[in-house]
This record gives sequence, C-alpha cells and structure tokens, in this order.
Amino acid sequence: MMILLKINSEKCKGCRLCERACPKGLLHLSKTSLNAKGYQPAEISDLLSCIGCAACARTCPDLCIEIAKQEEAQ
Amino acid sequence: MTEKVLFGRTKGLLDVEMHYCPGCGHGIVHRLIAEVLEEMDLLPVSAGVSPVGCAVFAYKYFACDMFEAAHGRAPAVATGIKRVHPDHCVFTYQGDGDLASIGTAEIVHAAHRGEKITTIFINNAIYGMTGGQMAPTTLVGQKTTTCQTGRDRDHCGAPIRVAEMLATLEGAAYIERTAVNSNANIIRTKKAIRKAFEAQMARKGFSLVEILSTCPTNWGKSPVESMQWLESDMLPYYPLGVFKEV
Amino acid sequence: MTKHLMKGCEAIAEAAIRGGCRYFFGYPITPQNDIPEYMSARLPEVGGVFLQAESEVAASNMVYGAAGAGARVMTSSSSPGISLKQEGISTIAGAELPCVIVNVMRGGPGIGGIQASQGDYFQSVKGGGHGDYRLIVFGPASIQETVDIMYDVFDIADRYQNGVMILADGLIGQMMEPVELPDFKTAEQMRVDKPWAAIGWSEDCGKPRAVINSLYIEDWELESLHERLQSRYRDIEKNEVRYDTYHTEGAEIIIAAYGTISRVAQAAIDEMRDRGWKVGMVRPITLWPFPSRAVYEAAAQPTVKKVLTVEISAGQMVEDVRLAVNGLKPVEFLGWPGSRIATTDEIMAKVKEMREG
Repeated sequence: MMILLKINSEKCKGCRLCERACPKGLLHLSKTSLNAKGYQPAEISDLLSCIGCAACARTCPDLCIEIAKQEEAQ
Repeated sequence: MTEKVLFGRTKGLLDVEMHYCPGCGHGIVHRLIAEVLEEMDLLPVSAGVSPVGCAVFAYKYFACDMFEAAHGRAPAVATGIKRVHPDHCVFTYQGDGDLASIGTAEIVHAAHRGEKITTIFINNAIYGMTGGQMAPTTLVGQKTTTCQTGRDRDHCGAPIRVAEMLATLEGAAYIERTAVNSNANIIRTKKAIRKAFEAQMARKGFSLVEILSTCPTNWGKSPVESMQWLESDMLPYYPLGVFKEV
Repeated sequence: MTKHLMKGCEAIAEAAIRGGCRYFFGYPITPQNDIPEYMSARLPEVGGVFLQAESEVAASNMVYGAAGAGARVMTSSSSPGISLKQEGISTIAGAELPCVIVNVMRGGPGIGGIQASQGDYFQSVKGGGHGDYRLIVFGPASIQETVDIMYDVFDIADRYQNGVMILADGLIGQMMEPVELPDFKTAEQMRVDKPWAAIGWSEDCGKPRAVINSLYIEDWELESLHERLQSRYRDIEKNEVRYDTYHTEGAEIIIAAYGTISRVAQAAIDEMRDRGWKVGMVRPITLWPFPSRAVYEAAAQPTVKKVLTVEISAGQMVEDVRLAVNGLKPVEFLGWPGSRIATTDEIMAKVKEMREG
C-alpha cells in the first residue's frame, strides 16, 4: 500500500502552510525549481513515509494537493 | 493495483485559479463550503452572495449561481433571493469590514428575522482588499494603516465579538466560531459549516459560522507566522465554540 | 366597469399586484406608508411576499436579490428614503436587472416636509445614484393614470431589464379618486424568458451559471457593459416616450408641466381660453425618456411666442424643456421649491405678463 501525493506545482504559491501542517515534516519548498509564477513550489521529500493524513491538503488554500491510496487489487 | 482517492478536488469549486495571496485563509474556507454543499447535494439549488472585500471575486469560484452584493448588503440580497426561492440554499460570504462595519444593520436584522440563510463570516482582524485599514475586529494595540501606532481603546473602542452578539437574537438558530489555524480546527470548521447549512435547510432560522483567519499581506507576516499570530493573539480574544444551537 | 374610490397609495399597490408584482420590500416613511401597509395584507392573499426591511438601503438590496432571482419585485418610499436607495438603484442598473420603484415625493432637501413636492426630478432623471445609467421615469398626474402605469411597468421593466421609477407625489399618494382597476394579468401575459436569472444551476442544465453582478474590474469589461446599457437606452428612447397635449395647436403660449401641477395648469388654461387667450400645454408622462420632440414641435409653431414651465420646485424639468426648445423661443419658469403649489390665478398672472412682455 502506498500513498500517492500529488502536488500541482504550477498552482503552488509557496506559502508553506503544508510544511507547517505535515506531522512528519515531509514537505518543503523546492530549493531547485521555480514555477511560472516565480514561487518555489512545495515538494514531498519522502513519499514512502507519508501516512495520507491529508493535513497538508486540508490546509492548502489553492487546492494544490491530491492524495490517493494505491493498493494491491484483491 | 487500484487507486482510491483519499483527498480529491471538490466539484463545488470551478476549475479556476483563485486570486488570493499566498497562505490566505479564503481558499481554505471556500473549499470547505464547496465540499459541504457537494456532500449535501445542494449545489444545483444553491445561490451564494459575495461581499466587497478580497472575496469579491468569490462569484467566479463556486459552482452554483452567484450574486455580487454592495458592501455590507449581502444579507439583504440573500433575503431577497431566499424569499423568492424558499427551498433553495442561500449563503453569504463576508469579511469583517463587510459584515461588522457597514453591514451591521443587515446582519443583525437577518438574524433577528430568523432569515433562513447561512452566513460564513471571515474574521481576519483587518481590511484586506483596500490595503490593511482597521476593522471593527482589529485587536487593541494591533497596528493597521488607519491606526498606525496600534488600535487605541480609548479613541475607538475594543473589537466587536460578532458571534456572541448575534447569539443573543431569537432568530439565530446556529452560531459557532471556529478557526483555520490547524488541521483539527479546519476539520471542526467544516463540521460547523455543515451544521449551519443543515439548520438552514431544516428551516430552523439564521445560521452563521465566524471563522478566524489570517491576512499575511496586511499583517506584514509570512503565512506561517500569521497562523502563529492567530493562535497567540486572536484565539484568547475570540473564543472558539458554539454560541447558539436550537 | 365599476369604479372604486381609492386612496392613491392603495391604488398603486393594488394595480402593481394586478400587473404581476409578487414581492415587495419597503420601509415606513410619510406620505407613502399606505403602500407597505396595503402590501403587507394583500400580497399574502395572492401568494406573494411582503417584508418590511430594516431600512430603505436594505430594502433596495432585497429588491436586487429578488430581481436577480427572477421575480417581479417592487419597492416604494418618499424622497429621503429614495436618497437612501440610490446605492441599490445604481447596483441594479449595473447588474441589468428589472425592478419598480415608487417615489411619493415630499418636500426636501434633508428631512424636509411631508407634503407634496416635485423636488426629486433631477434625482430621478439625471441619476441620483452614481455612474452612467438611466431609469425609465413616469410622472403621472392622476390616480387613474398612476394605476394604468403601475399595471404596465413590470412588463416594461422585464422587457428592457431596467429599473422603472414612478415619480408620484404626496397629493397623488394621499388623495382619493374614483379608479377603474384592471384585471389581473395572467401567467401567460407575464411570461418573459429570463435565462440570466438565478433559479438554480448544474453543469448539464443547458444554460450558463447565473452571475448577478455589477463589478467589471477590467476596463474592456466595463466598456462592454456600457455598450449594452447605452443600446438599451436608445431602444427605450425610441419606444417608450409618453406625453399628452392640451390645446397646443395654434397656441401663443405653451405650458410644460407634469404630475399634479399639470392639473392646476389645465384648469388655468381652461379659464384663459374662456378669455380668448391661446394657451396650450405639453404634459410629459415619461420624464425619462423626455418627450423632447413633442416639446420642440409645440414650441416651434410660428404662433408660439414663449414657453412656460410650471413645477413644484425651484425649477428642474425647466432645464430639459430649455434643452428641448433649443433656444428657439424663450422659456420661463413659475414655481416654488418645497410644497407651495402655484394657483390658477398665479399661473394666469404669469401668462398675462408673458403675453404682454
């Protein structure tokens, strides 16, 4: 089972609320890329450690984050 | 392998980019309202009324009929709509200047009459759109462009607590204050919004959720610092909780 | 047909209801309280909604909401309350919504007096609210005429998606005259397509989402709004002018007057004609669009020496009369601001002076 966390980096405004919200400290602003608006978009550093709590998605004011769960088919 | 969505995009918001500043609470609350309306299957019969304030463009974002109202008048506009379509879900979305300053008569009387509408009131203790002037909800000592040395209680009073005030009115059916500073509070805010809309659709009377939010740009703080200031300075003055529930 | 002896305000309300009004939002103010009072009892009888608002400002915004939701909606007030409504009126104009507003004029400015006056002509016709917009404005002279106009105005408002104002005054509001009331309009007669109205929406419902709004922050968007508004106003000017003439043919002096003062002028004209004086009257019924051509044509007759405008004001419509006459003949004025109403003797004395001068 894996959490798929997708961040729409073009919509991201680099506000860091997701970074603050993540209980495991997995989200940070990119140090290497800028989006078209000039913001450093948020990235997840260690997807395997993500527990899918959605605290980041819930606080993102721009609806950048979508979370899905990938499971073995039964 | 199957993919199950844990957190996806609500149909209650149109796929348009929102104009709000980075870290502004408006985007968070818009999403919660949209999710609740979608979950309650109310979108096809909803009409929202946007304020004059940063959220003036809210009429571009919600996937339902929308009205733009003159400053402070959203509750009166909503009254007109609801009296014509009493079975529809009508909500206003207002900031602290819109609701607690110029619109005080309208919000008090909508609550007094028990208008079956729901008001989502965003309290960020400042006037955002016009560049950071003092609001009726600005804290004593807080610096804004029209009280540059800090709000002076002697000169212009202490901030107004809208939720408590409206809860004294008979026509108010559901009044709660929440905040968007934490995951837990965002979840509570969504529940409060749901209860407010349920009160409307059950025709119990007027419902309002006052939501403490931030204005990083005009507070002169980063979005993260703003959330911290909300916790340290706003929460003590504006207690969270349910003030009226019938 | 049976005539009923009715007070003006009540006849206004009843005629509005028969013309299709089903929503009324208003506030008490003298001398029009009979309108909300009558509406409060009568509207529920026909399945309509009456609501006393917390202020005239709020009432005009409730009208905005109801109009945007597709309703035939009306408000009424008197001069100071109409000042309060200007925000709502401008917003309604910018949002291209239909609505009906009744002003039972009283003396102003400020709190003023409570008796009839005609001091709100400028406010109604030249735009009391901000921005480039026009209200269709009617100035009826009798209760029957007011009834006939009230019956039509909801259709007119819907046809053009525009506000319509009825500029009555305290005399029309409070006096009683025999009136014939029209039959209730049927649903068929009132059916107007309003695809723009907020009646609910979903992606597959076949029409765009309703956005009732007057904010156009991009300059090109605002320009588009004005193109629509101006085109609408040209149509209204072409189709909706109403006026009456009284013995204008071959007249020596033309009187221009509207509303109740026109009845005093008419009585004076009858007396003057008995004396052999050739005096006639052009009586505007729509104040906007103003019957400029009718005024000009009456004044342009070779027999006409001068034009006299009579109003219960310091002289407001006289400016539009002067514009219409366009310098062709001298235009004089008789009237007093406040509530002093010229008498037939005073009108005759003025006409005598004009004939001899």
